[in-house]
Amino acid sequence: MTLDVIFKLLMGGMGVTVSIFVLTLLFSIPLGLPVSLARMSRNKFVSALSGIYISIMRGTPLMLQIIVIYFLPFYGFGINVTSGYRFVAVIIAFSLNYAAYFAEIYRSGIQSVPKGQYEAAQILGYSRLQTFVKIIMPQMFKRVLPAMTNEIITLVKDTSLSFAIATAEMFTIAKQIAAKQASLMPLMAAGIFYYVFNLLVAWVCKKVEKHYDYYKI
Amino acid sequence: MELLKIENCRKSFDGEEILKGISMSVNEGEVVSVIGPSGSGKSTLLRCACMLETMDGGVLSYAGKTAAHEKNGHVLYASHAELKEIRKTFGLVFQNFNLFPHYSVLKNITEPQMLAGKSKEDAEKKAFEMLEKLGLSDKAKSYPCQLSGGQQQRVSIARAMALEPKILFFDEPTSALDPELTGEVLKVIRDLAAMHMTMIIVTHEMSFAREVSDRMIFMENGVIRAEGTPEELFSSEDERLKSFMGRLSGN
Repeated sequence: MTLDVIFKLLMGGMGVTVSIFVLTLLFSIPLGLPVSLARMSRNKFVSALSGIYISIMRGTPLMLQIIVIYFLPFYGFGINVTSGYRFVAVIIAFSLNYAAYFAEIYRSGIQSVPKGQYEAAQILGYSRLQTFVKIIMPQMFKRVLPAMTNEIITLVKDTSLSFAIATAEMFTIAKQIAAKQASLMPLMAAGIFYYVFNLLVAWVCKKVEKHYDYYKI
Repeated sequence: MELLKIENCRKSFDGEEILKGISMSVNEGEVVSVIGPSGSGKSTLLRCACMLETMDGGVLSYAGKTAAHEKNGHVLYASHAELKEIRKTFGLVFQNFNLFPHYSVLKNITEPQMLAGKSKEDAEKKAFEMLEKLGLSDKAKSYPCQLSGGQQQRVSIARAMALEPKILFFDEPTSALDPELTGEVLKVIRDLAAMHMTMIIVTHEMSFAREVSDRMIFMENGVIRAEGTPEELFSSEDERLKSFMGRLSGN
């Protein structure tokens, strides 16, 4: 089997992989913000709750989280899920997991904005919400971009973990073909795909970082 | 008219009393400088007056409106809405400028005005007027990181003045600048003094303070040790005061 045949077979899976990647970012990047704010809340209960959430998400394997979320409706509540739920479970698990990591990245970014910025805003009549949205968040975003890039690159590779519940994403398919053909070629092709995908991701992230070079902190 | 009145202001950090009952008042058009050794509580006093720190005890009022008063040993601050109103009476220029780095010079000056209800046109008009006064007309589109420290501090003065405060506080406005840049900032403050802007200046620049102030306050160990016109303070027989003033005005 030649590489181009393999790539054709993998094509459908690539679409699923890209979907997992895009949807996870779409949900986890915003979701990380309330989690992060909750973590920094002066309300001890809210802060502890967010702390526990982050601790579980970071402290247990993502693969385990995927499996639990997939089987929870049935074993937990006796609900029979449709086959479409497989993909939904993957998105839920990835979003929840990555939101926890993003939350911690945001927290470090928010805390690295100097106190003087808050004080200047207060003196100049900004409300607390205006201060956060207009002054703190944009600076936080610039500060966390390198850490975000790291996380996003990891996500590309992590999508392969969804093979644990046999989602039809690329790695799952590659593994199946490899087993059937008794060949490493499909896995090599998968590797090339991830690598190129990540080159693209890194390039985009670099562009975004460059865009924010117009000011220094 | 009395614009600022502080009575018996007390403040502690971690059990250490930094302000031990400070009382002072500032009248409209007055320039008051607060001097004293590091750790004497000058900046803390300023921060309490600007409500960046809450007082542990005392009374604070602006133009007759009470911002904070003491009741049963606790300091009660006015309501959120009242404080918002009161905050409009004063501006503050920080030691480290605290410009918003992601905003252009122009936006640094216009956005606070627009949040206060001005239209974009009016805010920009005011901003350009201020920038011209401070000799920064060509810097409107620059970002703070492209400016020298002196220019940044002048922008931060323009930003504060654009809101037309009745009182302007300066917290060691030249301490982060080298001597050359210090001059250009001091000139701006001098010009403001000539226009009878009410100002309270915490500074280590003795000869400057002597020149612009109507009144000087010498603080040490959390209390006001001496207060009076520059002439009175510079001709004081108090040994401590003499040695402090002498040493600092020398350089």
